[in-house]
Amino acid sequence: MKSTLVVGALLTVMTATGAFGQAIKLANVAELSGGGATVGTNWKNGIDLAIEEINAKGGVLGRKLEVSHADSQSNPGVARAQVQKALDAEPYVLLGPGYSGSVKVTAPLAAEAGIAQIMGGEAAELTQAGNKFLFRTSFGQQSSMPKVAKYIHDEMKAKTVAVVWVNNDFGRGGRDVMIKELDRLGSKVVADLSTEAGQADFAADVGKIKAANPDAVFVYLNEEESARILKELKRQGVTAPLMGETTLIGQKVIELAGDAANGARGHVGLTTDAPVDLVKAFREKFSKKYNYVPDHNGLKGYLAVYMVKATTEKMGKVDPKKFADTLHGLTIKAADEPGILMDVTFSDTGDIDRQSFLVEVVEGKQVVKQVLPKVK
Amino acid sequence: MSNLFDLLVAGLATGAIYALVAVGFTLLWQTSQTINFAQGEFVMLPAFLMLAAMHVGAPFWLAVILGILLSMILLGLAFKLLLVDPMMRHGVLPLAIATMALAIGIKEAVKQFFSAEASPFPSIVPTGDVSILGHAVSLQSIGVLAVAILAVLGLTTLLNRTSLGHQMQAAAQNPTVARIIGVPVERMILLTFLINAFLVALASLLITPIYLAKFSSGEVLGQAAFIAAIVGGFNQVRGAIAGGLLIGVLDNLAAAYVSTQYRAAVPMMFLIAVILFRPQGLLGRAEERTV
Repeated sequence: MKSTLVVGALLTVMTATGAFGQAIKLANVAELSGGGATVGTNWKNGIDLAIEEINAKGGVLGRKLEVSHADSQSNPGVARAQVQKALDAEPYVLLGPGYSGSVKVTAPLAAEAGIAQIMGGEAAELTQAGNKFLFRTSFGQQSSMPKVAKYIHDEMKAKTVAVVWVNNDFGRGGRDVMIKELDRLGSKVVADLSTEAGQADFAADVGKIKAANPDAVFVYLNEEESARILKELKRQGVTAPLMGETTLIGQKVIELAGDAANGARGHVGLTTDAPVDLVKAFREKFSKKYNYVPDHNGLKGYLAVYMVKATTEKMGKVDPKKFADTLHGLTIKAADEPGILMDVTFSDTGDIDRQSFLVEVVEGKQVVKQVLPKVK
Repeated sequence: MSNLFDLLVAGLATGAIYALVAVGFTLLWQTSQTINFAQGEFVMLPAFLMLAAMHVGAPFWLAVILGILLSMILLGLAFKLLLVDPMMRHGVLPLAIATMALAIGIKEAVKQFFSAEASPFPSIVPTGDVSILGHAVSLQSIGVLAVAILAVLGLTTLLNRTSLGHQMQAAAQNPTVARIIGVPVERMILLTFLINAFLVALASLLITPIYLAKFSSGEVLGQAAFIAAIVGGFNQVRGAIAGGLLIGVLDNLAAAYVSTQYRAAVPMMFLIAVILFRPQGLLGRAEERTV
């Protein structure tokens, strides 16, 4: 009896001290293979880099960060299963996925569990469903598309526009906002082309663009497909200026499309070429660790972890239940938390406000042509 | 109209690549009753072999030669000796299933050892345009067509005009009699495997600059080539060529005039129609075997 008591007391002491130094567990579910492998791999590497940095400096509130990575295979069905599995382990915060379609089907699970989800999706609808636990790391389409439409109308002076989009949640969301905005501004959409995710051959689509002869082409596809269509546009000699989003002019796209990417322009919420010192430093650290230049998804993953850090330090404790409430309406300044790279404000819906950039690909490099300031 | 011309040229260029792959398909079937469901992955792999050679410092031309040679060893010789020969004894169906397994194996291996991400691949044809009948046609399309046509012409000359070709025909049509009159049947069969490996490596070299090097890129190609071979006539090389070109053009026209979502369905529907109304294929002959 006595010995049992001693063992019991010992166990209590051990668990108590264990809890004191216990790691904060994050769960990441991302596109580590399949069509979104570029997205997911960058996102994951960004997360790992941030965690390594934070832990090297003593962690968050004295506790180390730990993350588990799961592969959604770029498939919403798999993503849902992986998120469910991740939530069963009761993480502090859920990170990912990157694809809007996967976010859409997993967000209700995280909300039900009361766990905040910091994700990479950009589809407009994600934050419009009243989910109190979902946070973006980049602009939603409702914030970025009007800026792009305005640029096409005002700066490119395009009276006719061809819109090419990928037939998934991300593509459809962007296309809907875009067409509405172009219509409002008075630019005519002369071709509205839906393409398939994973499509290899774009000859027919580019043929249609050529036949429509637009003043500008708006390309809204995922990275690999963007590279293929850029090559095909060049092959068929389409000379109309090309405008897109981050997915048209990302590092991976430039690497895959080569020369064909030159001249393409895009609105970029995040770019490793941003004329911001902290971003430049990030890019250097990332390239050194992984031997390649990250795209915006690397930044997103990195920021997601620093969002966790800043929010937790604001609360002064590790409380998964209060996390989402604290992050709503929070402004994180880069001066206070350098890891956040640029000042950012989170709205009550989980959308973000931050400065953004207009980028053109010049001789295989992203060149920032304009800095578009934070709205508020 | 100009749109139609562009679509036809692009369709023919893609179709020519399908034709190369489909010809290999029929060759293997003719000589050894191998239905190779890994044919698409056979097209995907050589590009990665070439990339690997470039990765260790070989210049592009050398990487291409090494890639083709390695493909002939792995996808020709090793494929025949290690998979087809042992499985063949158990019949056509177990062998077909074994090739399906091989397809999955190759795909996963590339994903594991290379990357799940797409990689760029240099083009053997320079970018640029030439004017044909007042239309700007890309050099790349012309180059792809030219190389594919040359390969097919070379193959048909080999099969129809040389003694070696006649021996291969004999081995395919009636191996027993061929053996009696002194044709080295086994060696002829091995030769078709090597030719198939060469053709898929060539197709890989032509298609990868457009489709990008990716572990999954064989899926579409294998399916297209399979349909092309059946549509054209599984027992005729010329049928596979016609089928390839037809599927390439049909696919592009379907994407342009029907819808992108249904582009893959149109060749399939065509396939069903052919099977229903002309089961021997457009150029095939019923109950005949020849290469």
